[in-house]
Amino acid sequence: MTVYLLCILLFLIGLYGVVAKRNLIKIVIGLAIMEYSVNLFLILVGYVKGGTAPILSRNLANKVFVDPLPQAMVLTAIVIGLATTSLLLAIAIRLYRKYKTFDIREIKNLKG
Amino acid sequence: MDWFVPLFVIVPLGGAFLIAIIGSFARPFGRFFTSLVLASLIGLTLYVIFSVTIPIVYMVGGHGPIEKVPIGITMILDGLSVYLLLIINLIGFFSAFYSISYMKKFTSENYYYTLFCLMVAGMNGVVLSGDVFNLYVFLEMAAISSYALVAFGIEKEELEASFKYQVLGGASSLFILLGIAFLYWNTSTLNIADISRVIGTTANSATANSEFVKFVGVILLAGFGLKAAMIPFHAWLPDAHSSAPSPISSMLSGVLIKAIGVYVIFRLFFNMFTISYDTALVITTIGTLSMVIGVLLAIGQWDIKRLLAYHSISQMGYVVIGVGIGMLVIAHNGPRSVAALSIAGGLYHLFNHAVFKGLLFLNAGAVEYETGIRDMKKLGGLSSLMPVTTSTSLGASMSISGIPPFNGFFSKLIIIIAAIQAGYYVLSILAVFVSIITLASFLKVQRFTFFNKPNEKWNRGDFNVREVPFAMCFSMVFLAVLCLGLSLFIVPAVRDIFITPAVNVLLNSAVYSTGVLGY
Repeated sequence: MTVYLLCILLFLIGLYGVVAKRNLIKIVIGLAIMEYSVNLFLILVGYVKGGTAPILSRNLANKVFVDPLPQAMVLTAIVIGLATTSLLLAIAIRLYRKYKTFDIREIKNLKG
Repeated sequence: MDWFVPLFVIVPLGGAFLIAIIGSFARPFGRFFTSLVLASLIGLTLYVIFSVTIPIVYMVGGHGPIEKVPIGITMILDGLSVYLLLIINLIGFFSAFYSISYMKKFTSENYYYTLFCLMVAGMNGVVLSGDVFNLYVFLEMAAISSYALVAFGIEKEELEASFKYQVLGGASSLFILLGIAFLYWNTSTLNIADISRVIGTTANSATANSEFVKFVGVILLAGFGLKAAMIPFHAWLPDAHSSAPSPISSMLSGVLIKAIGVYVIFRLFFNMFTISYDTALVITTIGTLSMVIGVLLAIGQWDIKRLLAYHSISQMGYVVIGVGIGMLVIAHNGPRSVAALSIAGGLYHLFNHAVFKGLLFLNAGAVEYETGIRDMKKLGGLSSLMPVTTSTSLGASMSISGIPPFNGFFSKLIIIIAAIQAGYYVLSILAVFVSIITLASFLKVQRFTFFNKPNEKWNRGDFNVREVPFAMCFSMVFLAVLCLGLSLFIVPAVRDIFITPAVNVLLNSAVYSTGVLGY
């Protein structure tokens, strides 16, 4: 149970980073932390105590396997996360070139 | 007879690929190929509506269920999916055709059309997919291409809006993924129909399970509510929708928030979770808040596209309360005819909103294309110079504010009648009230943009305002004709072809699960 709570704590740390930080790069890092915590949670969901990789072979000593489906899902989620993070960083660099700062308090053309 | 189901995703995906490859040799290729792709998808959708019996369950790669456990990816084409496919591809076609002229002033057009096709592929995938993780993947595909499209102008405002949109969109995606992880944890399956079966069989026996359903419901509602920009989660929408290029604004406001936000909420809360009074109440409350606060925020805006974006929030509120009232009536075991009427009103308004809001954004784009100005205080007197834009925008404005011969009137009327029949008098009064404020706000748009005293600078030097090119006029005129033509949905014979299958999917929510699983 503790490990699940720690996982949720990691999610909340990431959320804190997104909500409270004023630096574009730190916000991106916060989102990345949130993403890792969700991936970790998915792996934990599929984990079975004492399980091995689910590969069928002739003489199996250990009949306990971990669930492979969440692992496949995490692989997909990592690829998606790569796309979002790289796009975010690309936009952050473009913003830096336009405004000469990473501070979101200085970047506020849009409001109302 | 189900070979055509994956084509809805494959054709735009392949289109995106071809445009990226061939477009680098032949520049105008993407411009026309995108319209061709979308036109063929409209044809396919109409073929499905008129000559195929739905629902169709398509197993990707032929991986059928083994010992009654669904193991493969399923694509499900039922009434609601077809209805959404028609909306996505119709608005997509007109936006793509409009882009032929509008996007000429941008460099690297081919990236634009590649992303456009990817976004359409993602949205088509979302409405077809039958399991939650696949839905998440398609949703991210549509969302990531929309982030890039919002930033397409790469000026200060576009980049800022895109960053804001990406941070909130990314957070919402992670909430959705977390919800999916919880669902898999407790039900050990990802198939929507199978999840519904597991929840349905165990919810009554164990109280812990119903607590779990509520918890996951809240996480998913937060995630998809952010995607749909319902009111507590709306902060990104006005920035993103007003900064994007106009055809993309019309896609985002007209289609994206419906296909990856509102549609998924309806699908999951009707067909996956068992309908309960609590969730129905929450959804209806969010809808009411969106409807009222959205219009109050809109009335003070002077930027045309920002005003239209706030109206999107408000009009989506109508859709959500329409379906939400239906959900409340079902939860109460009330009369099914009232629930059916209410859901039909909501879904009818979904289509209408896609058409008239798409058209209004295209009009705003036409004004911006000719004058380069979006601030209504600096515009005025364009009616004599741009007759097509003016008349189509007049039609769309009357439609959104509910003037009788146009489609918006009928859908709002149905929602209000259903609210009165179901006994929610306050909601019906609020709906009328919001409609009146909408009318006032669009009178402002018409007067300050098109009918005020002509600005003398329009005919001089660098302005030289005239009517927009053919491709843009074509899209606007056809959407304006649709604004009138969709009024025909009020005729029962037409309604039975288009809306009734979609309503039945939501109304007989338990049938979905047995229909897909086959037992």
